[in-house]
This record gives sequence, structure tokens and C-alpha cells, in this order.
Amino acid sequence: MDILLTEEQKMIKDLCRQIAREKIQPVAAEYDEKEEFPWPIVKILAESDICGIYIPEEYGGMGGGVFELAIATEELSWGCGGIALAFAATGLGAFPIILFGNDEQKKKYLPKIAKGTMAAFCITEAEAGSDAGSIKTQAVKDGDHYILNGTKQWITNGGEADIYTVIAMTDKSKGARGATAFMVEKGTKGLDFGKKEKKLGIRGSATREVVLTDCRVPKENVLSREGMGFIVAMKTFDYSRPGVAAQAVGIAQRALDEAVSYAHQRKQFGRLISSFQGLQFMLADMAIQVEAARAVVYRAAKVVDSGDKSMAKISAIAKTFASDVAMKVTTDAVQVLGGYGYMREYPVEKLMRDAKITQIYEGTNQIQRSIIAASLIKELKKK
Amino acid sequence: MNIIVSVKQVPNTTQVRINPETNTLIREGVECIINPFDMYAVEEGVLLKEKLGGKVTVISMGPPQAEAALKEAISLGCDEAILLTDRLFAGSDTWATSYVLSQAVKKIGDFSIIICGKQASDGDTAQVGPGISMHLGIPQVTYVKKVEKITKETARVERMTEEGFEIIETPLPCLFTVVKEINRPRLPSLKGKMKAKKAEIIKWGAEDLGCDFDKIGLDGSPTRVVKIFTPPPRKNGVILKGVTSEIVDKLASELKNEF
Ligand SMILES: Cc1cc2nc3c(=O)[nH]c(=O)nc-3n(C[C@H](O)[C@H](O)[C@H](O)COP(=O)(O)OP(=O)(O)OC[C@H]3O[C@@H](n4cnc5c(N)ncnc54)[C@H](O)[C@@H]3O)c2cc1C
Ligand SMILES: Cc1cc2nc3c(=O)[nH]c(=O)nc-3n(C[C@H](O)[C@H](O)[C@H](O)COP(=O)(O)OP(=O)(O)OC[C@H]3O[C@@H](n4cnc5c(N)ncnc54)[C@H](O)[C@@H]3O)c2cc1C
Repeated sequence: MDILLTEEQKMIKDLCRQIAREKIQPVAAEYDEKEEFPWPIVKILAESDICGIYIPEEYGGMGGGVFELAIATEELSWGCGGIALAFAATGLGAFPIILFGNDEQKKKYLPKIAKGTMAAFCITEAEAGSDAGSIKTQAVKDGDHYILNGTKQWITNGGEADIYTVIAMTDKSKGARGATAFMVEKGTKGLDFGKKEKKLGIRGSATREVVLTDCRVPKENVLSREGMGFIVAMKTFDYSRPGVAAQAVGIAQRALDEAVSYAHQRKQFGRLISSFQGLQFMLADMAIQVEAARAVVYRAAKVVDSGDKSMAKISAIAKTFASDVAMKVTTDAVQVLGGYGYMREYPVEKLMRDAKITQIYEGTNQIQRSIIAASLIKELKKK
Repeated sequence: MNIIVSVKQVPNTTQVRINPETNTLIREGVECIINPFDMYAVEEGVLLKEKLGGKVTVISMGPPQAEAALKEAISLGCDEAILLTDRLFAGSDTWATSYVLSQAVKKIGDFSIIICGKQASDGDTAQVGPGISMHLGIPQVTYVKKVEKITKETARVERMTEEGFEIIETPLPCLFTVVKEINRPRLPSLKGKMKAKKAEIIKWGAEDLGCDFDKIGLDGSPTRVVKIFTPPPRKNGVILKGVTSEIVDKLASELKNEF
């Protein structure tokens, strides 16, 4: 599908592929085992200018958009979906600034992110997952500051990132219009981190609680304005979901590659197992799904970059389809490798574990389907 | 401090097959890469520039396709690239190759250090670097594994030997050939790749370099390849055990039998 890419996008793809193969793939199992944050890889991404690909040039980036982020995320996730998430979730933390930040805020934070500083996005709480509107974290105005209190849960890059976008309630009585987005820097008094979660997959990624205790944040750190918190969050997800979808495609592509190469060397009944039609059809179905998922990711990324109003729907479609594909294809890859596939010594069981999260975070696939259906009904009413 | 890095484009030997009849490399359809040792030369040049300022000029003698190697060097941080290409260069041996490269260095003029790889992965002679320094009449240090200290006039480097290393201080300008212990080559950056894509590669031929035509190409090369063959593997040694006097006797009689 490279014919769809510009010269520059091909360069991004090639470079990320090289990084994935030479730097990430060899250490992926180790990070999975040790559950460490991949700082050495982040450094490589920063030195290669990859951290800034989706950041505007005037703020020290390479001037690309969601499409560039997606092709990079796919390639990096081929190497390891967990390690790639350090980069992709920083995108999730950066989009609120790119989309809603004023010039000053952009100048302050974006060049750092382009140089390899990590960012994070904090909305989920223990009692507020899919139902993000029920968050309890509060921000109370106090002169030129806001005082934040509350606990955010399962924050990717938590503790590792320097920049946190936090969604908190400034006026409960206004419901969904009573939330506000704040930029909180690591080191701010009252910003602390809980223990690192032990996870099924993407274990090279750090997931922590972000705890705000009388955390004073200057009013200059409000993104957009008071009351815009959920709009900031929803718009951010429109921009970030193609990235999750791309992560899923990268994981799925890797599973397909591993399955094909294994099938073509494993012999049973005196023949290569790749010669059995039953297995060939499985491989073919995997390839069909991966290719289709990539196509919808590319399309979603293009629509989002165009700024078109319909983006929420296609963005949700890409995320749902690609993550369902990743789950199916990685499960099939384990099947193709048989008992070997189940063993940690082979890479595919990890792919299956890593794939699962793409159906859950940034809105579960059930929530995505609700978004898609809501869009369909809205479109019908417009006709 | 201006630095010149000399790189050779070679076939990717992990993919190369040998023609069993002629014992030569089958180059057709094989991807070309920068000679692996030269990646360390490029990295060292760029590291020195980052520390000391100045610029890195990368040169290569080869066919027009070698432009790709030079572009890659630019993506890795080199500033300027010159391809020495001319039909008249064809068939040059290590002596003629190093002559042409030295002519290019003279034409570039202002430089303090030339960096080459230890050896090329295809030709493998390790002669071209030293050859350049001899043609230019400047000092050389081969197998450099660390640049310890550099001033305007001198450099102190560690030179790898089989047992350890030597510390050598040399006046500049000087030529180094480097081993892979010297650094860890970086990956290209996106900005570097974009710069490489746009970069104009300067091309110089025999005339531009003011080459003496008797010193270049097949005719200018003293080497004559008479035969190319795979040497028979060396036989394993024999270890004799026992009482000393017996071993000596045994050794003497074995030697008598052999020769
Ligand atoms: C590894 C990891 C990293 C994460 N990173 C971040 C992060 O960086 N920042 C952040 O803010 N959050 C993050 N999250 C949180 C994540 O976005 C939530 O887990 C997710 O939105 C689902 O919320 P929940 O887990 O509370 O599930 P629940 O909302 O409790 O859902 C449970 C089940 O009910 C279903 N369900 C709920 N509501 C409906 C409905 N209306 N219709 C149909 N089905 C429904 C869900 O689909 C799901 O299957 C992360 C989570 C994980 C596991
Ligand atoms: C099998 C074989 C057949 C050959 N056939 C012929 C022949 O028919 N006729 C003939 O005349 N010669 C022939 N040669 C010699 C050939 O020309 C040499 O390979 C060439 O001169 C470079 O020497 P090298 O590869 O040994 O490089 P080395 O001396 O091992 O290289 C050391 C360093 O010198 C630099 N360097 C070397 N070459 C270049 C270059 N072209 N441009 C820039 N920098 C460079 C690089 O920094 C490199 O790391 C043959 C050699 C071999 C092994």
C-alpha cells in the first residue's frame, strides 16, 4: 500500500520499520518480562525525529498529522505494541495541546514533546470508565490557581511522563459542560503516582494511578476554557483512535508474518504445514483482515487530518475494526504455531496478550459501536 | 575542524552468493550497502564534528549507483558528499583507488582528519586507508578504537592490537582507520533523510581531479589478479602427549615423514 504514501511518509515508514527491526524487536521479550519503561527506545525515537512527526513545524515538529502518527505507530508496534505505546500515548497526551492549546501553551510544551518528553492523558477513574461523564476529580478556583483533588486510574505513561492533561470537574451542576482540561507538569506539588499496574499485555508500557492532592495549577494551564473538558477529551479521542487502530494493525501484521514463516518451516505428516489447505485458508483470512484493517486506518487518518466533521464515526470504525482484527489474527497465529505458539519462547502469545488492550482503551469497542450507531442515526436525521 | 570520511559501497554480504566456477561474488540483484566498517567511520566523523564544529565531507569512488551510499551518509549527519566516478577508474586496484581518493582529498584541501573503515567487507585488503595517507604524505593510525583527545595540531588515539591497545599521539592532518569498538553508529534521523533526499551529490571525474592517467584504472594498477580461489582450510594441529623425551622423538619422526 506504499503507493498511497508521499516520499516523506515513506521515509517515516522506512525509518520506523528499521527502528522496529533493529532496536525494538530484539528487546521486546525482555521488556515484556521485566515490565520496564523503554527509555532507551524513546531516546532513539527522539534522536530520529520520530517523536515530533505529528507536531507542527513552528513548534519544533515535523509538521505531519494523524496519518504520519498512524504509519509510524503501525511499524513500531510490529516490533512491540507495548514499547510503541510510549510514543502513541504521548500522542494522546499531546493532541489536547495541539488542538486546544493557545500559542503560549504550544510553545511551552510541544517542542519538548517533539524532543522526546513523554505526555499522558488522564480521564479514567475507578468509578468512571466508559461513563467518563461521572468523573469525580474536582478543580476549585482559588485566585489565579485551581486546586485539583482526585485520583485518575490506569494512566498510560503515568509517572514517566512530564506533561499530564487532566480532565476535572469545575462545576458539577453543569454536568457534561462542567468539566475542564488542565495541563499539569510533573514535579507540581500534589501530583503523585500510584504503583505500577501488573498487566496481561503491553507490559513494556507503564500504567499507573495519577493522584492529585490539593494540587495547585495556575490558570494559564487551562486548555481552551472552563467547561470545555469533555469536548477536549472527545475531540482528542477522535484524533488518537486511528493511532490505537494502527497499533492493532502493527501487532496483527507481525502475527501474520510470524505465522506464515512458521507454517513454511514446520513439518507434520512429512509435509510443510503450509501445504495443508486448512491452514492456508487461515493464513489467507488473516492477510485479508490485516490488509482491510490497514486500509480503514489510512482512510480514518486522512479524514481526521482533513478536519471533516464526520471524523468521529470513521475514527471509531477504524479503532473497532482494527482491534477486533488484531485479536482474531493474533489468536489465529497462536493456533498456527500450535503448542509452540502457546510458549513464551515464541513471540506470538505476547502478540495475543498485547492485542487485547486495543479493544479496551480509548473507549471499549462497545462504546465505539455506540458512537458509530449514534452517528448513523444523526446522519439519518439530517437527510 | 573539517573531516573527510571515505566510504565504499559494497554488496550486502549477508545476501551474497559465490559463483562456484569463477569463485567471484554474484553481484547481480544484491542490495548495495555502505561497507559496515565505514558506518563507524561516518559516526566518528559526525561525533567529532558535533563536539568540535566544522563539517564532514564524505567521499566515495565507485559507479553512479554509489550515490546511494553517499546519501545515506548524509542522512547520518555528514554535510557534503562527493562521488568520484569515471569510466577511467574502472578496474582500479587498491593502489589506484587510494591514488584517486588522495587526489580528491587534495582538491577538497582544507581538512584535519581523514577517516576510513578498517577494511572493506568485499575486497578485505585493508590497504586503501593506508594507501591514501601514503599518497598524501601524511601520518596514519590504523585500527583506531578511541579518539582520546584532539587539539588543532594533534590527536591522541587508542590503536587496537591483538593483545590490547597502544596510545598514539600524532600531528594533524592525519588518517585514521577505525574498528567497530570505536562507537555505536546511530540510525538516520528523519530530518537527515529529508536532507539526503534533496542533497546534491558533487561528482568528480579523472580530469576534475587532475589525475595522472597512467595511475588510474586497470592499466594504472600494478596488481594483476592471476587466479581467485578458496584456500584449502588449514589442517588441525596435533597435540603430542607423554614424557618429554618420547614427545621429542615422536615429533622428530613426524617431521621427517612430512618433509
Ligand atoms: C492498560 C490500560 C491503559 C489505559 N490507559 C489510559 C490512559 O492513558 N488514560 C485514561 O484516561 N484511561 C486509560 N485507561 C482506561 C480505559 O480507557 C478504560 O479502561 C476503558 O475506557 C473502559 O473503562 P472500564 O475499564 O472502567 O470499563 P467499564 O466502563 O466498567 O466497562 C466494562 C464493560 O462494560 C461495557 N460497557 C460499559 N458501558 C457500556 C454501554 N453503554 N454499552 C455497552 N457496553 C458497555 C464495556 O464495553 C466493558 O465491556 C487504560 C486502561 C488500561 C487497561
Ligand atoms: C576478488 C577481488 C577481485 C579484484 N579484482 C580486481 C581487478 O580485476 N582489478 C583491479 O585492479 N583490482 C581488483 N581488486 C581490488 C579492488 O579494486 C579493491 O577491492 C579496491 O581497491 C578497494 O580495496 P578493498 O576493497 O580491499 O578496501 P580496503 O582497503 O579493505 O578498504 C579500507 C577502507 O578504505 C576505504 N575505501 C576503500 N575503497 C574505497 C572506495 N572505492 N571509495 C572510498 N573509500 C574506499 C573505506 O573507508 C574502507 O573501509 C579486486 C579485489 C578482490 C578482493
